[in-house]
Amino acid sequence: MSTSLHSFTSLASLQDALSKGTISATELAQDALAHAKTYGELNAFLHIDDELTLAQARQADQLRAKGQATTLTGVPIAHKDVFVTQGWRSTAGSKMLADYVSPFDATVVDKLLKAGCVSLGKLNCDEFAMGSGNEHSVFGPTLNPWDHSAVPGGSSGASAAVVAARLVMAATGTDTGGSVRQPAALCGVSGIKPTYGAVSRYGMIAYGSSLDQAGPLAASAEDLVDILDCMSGFDERDATSAEVCHGQPNKAGRIKAEFQQATEQFQLDTSKPLKGLRIGVPEEYFGEGLSSEVGACVLAAIAQFEALGATRVSVSLPNTKLSIPAYYVIAPAEASSNLARYDGVRYGHRSASYTDLADMTSKSRAEGFGAEVQRRILVGTYVLSHGYYDAYYLQAQRLRRMIAQDFQTALNGQCDVIMGPVTPSVAKPIGANESDPTADWLADIYTLSVNLAGLPGMSIPCGFALGQSGKKLPVGLQIIGNYFDEGKLLAIANQFQKVTDWHQQSARQSA
Amino acid sequence: MALTEQEVVRIARLARLQLNDDQKQTARNDLNQILGLIATLQSVDTSGVQPLPHPLAMVSDVALRLREDKVTEISSTERRDALMANAPGVKEGLFLVPKVID
Repeated sequence: MSTSLHSFTSLASLQDALSKGTISATELAQDALAHAKTYGELNAFLHIDDELTLAQARQADQLRAKGQATTLTGVPIAHKDVFVTQGWRSTAGSKMLADYVSPFDATVVDKLLKAGCVSLGKLNCDEFAMGSGNEHSVFGPTLNPWDHSAVPGGSSGASAAVVAARLVMAATGTDTGGSVRQPAALCGVSGIKPTYGAVSRYGMIAYGSSLDQAGPLAASAEDLVDILDCMSGFDERDATSAEVCHGQPNKAGRIKAEFQQATEQFQLDTSKPLKGLRIGVPEEYFGEGLSSEVGACVLAAIAQFEALGATRVSVSLPNTKLSIPAYYVIAPAEASSNLARYDGVRYGHRSASYTDLADMTSKSRAEGFGAEVQRRILVGTYVLSHGYYDAYYLQAQRLRRMIAQDFQTALNGQCDVIMGPVTPSVAKPIGANESDPTADWLADIYTLSVNLAGLPGMSIPCGFALGQSGKKLPVGLQIIGNYFDEGKLLAIANQFQKVTDWHQQSARQSA
Repeated sequence: MALTEQEVVRIARLARLQLNDDQKQTARNDLNQILGLIATLQSVDTSGVQPLPHPLAMVSDVALRLREDKVTEISSTERRDALMANAPGVKEGLFLVPKVID
């Protein structure tokens, strides 16, 4: 019997081995820690502490011995470094927080720990989750396990990379403008951003508070079910946490029950499980800018859904293009406000020399924040400043309603889910857009609107296309649902993954 | 409408970011490129459209919850010290900063 995590091809097979006792959480953790170090060149882990991990593993084994194991007890995971954790440093990929150790755990971290998950440590990401290639981390870029010269996507780049290399069973990520879905697509793994408010933001280092949502990444949609279900739930410590979803209380069990219910429904007709499902395909997602190879993979995947019984309908999301200016006003505005807390007084970097309080704060922030973060703070400060607030910020919030309304028009009457690409092309080479501050932003075109509308969206692997170095790189399919439909989305994706094997291809060999 | 250097300096001061001369020039170029990108939103007719600050307001009434104003965390010297452990300068339970009032 192998004790290696990567020999388990699904969470279910790992759960089976753990519950039968053929492997212990401690054995798994020891193996996973060793592999995390073997794959150190990916630069995915920012902080590993064997003792902290093994203590969690022993606790997981004790839970099982006492008969208190959950389906996640002993399952190796890792956290994006924007979730604060006791013990491990919480840096947000920033010099500002390079030595920060949190006095408390984020709600998401706490929930997964209580369920018995074993954390291998903290994962690299774009600084304060601002970026789409994991290049804006003060600790250096994470490499794409499929091609080390390419980015893994971002900002949850390392979360996707460690799942692609099968170093963990699942990883947490956060998604403000596509930061779970886009790296999932570029690394060939499955990832979901739930509805705004479904998962607590408490202890998630804030970027754009009206857009930020935590979401998990794993190999398959089925593997995501238990993890997301455990992460979700109302939390009184998050002012925008949803108390009710579809009339049901927002608590663990809701998403899993919805997944099971939808799956049972699909099993009624085994040859055409998705009969009756209407897939909306927005014309705006297949226009100029989309690489033909990515477009072909996405259309082939939609054809596969049709083969499973679904019907394809054309829909229009006419304000898609406006999501770029709307997002890049709202997100920097919220970021400039959220990041005002880093003053070099209570925690975070403080400059070594200064003349007075204002000088200390301004110097500490200039030294502690990287270029991309400073750019977004400056943009946000400008659009919120006197005389520009109405023209930029309020106008962006009006566009936000128009963008959200487009989705409601499509999802109420025309279709049940929306499908399209996640990214216009496969992963770009590391350093490709270094001199152009907005080039990467334009590539967020298919993901931003989902955050502006607060809808659930996921990415699943659906093929490969050649990257610039000539190596094959993964392509993702985006599935967008209506509010609180995450269980249904996972069930629909699961039907696709039952008849395809894109999600089973790991970057383990290439890494 | 391009930003002048004086405007960049004003924004950087509001944002409490100290920029040297090179950084001011880079920031000015970057901001002007970014403002060019986001300025497209100003040409859209949004008359009669209400701003959407909270996404779930699309489907339900959203009221931010208030909580009672009372201490719920453990209050002790040990806890205080633990909470202040990340501070660059502390003394006897106080955060240290440069002298503000003479």
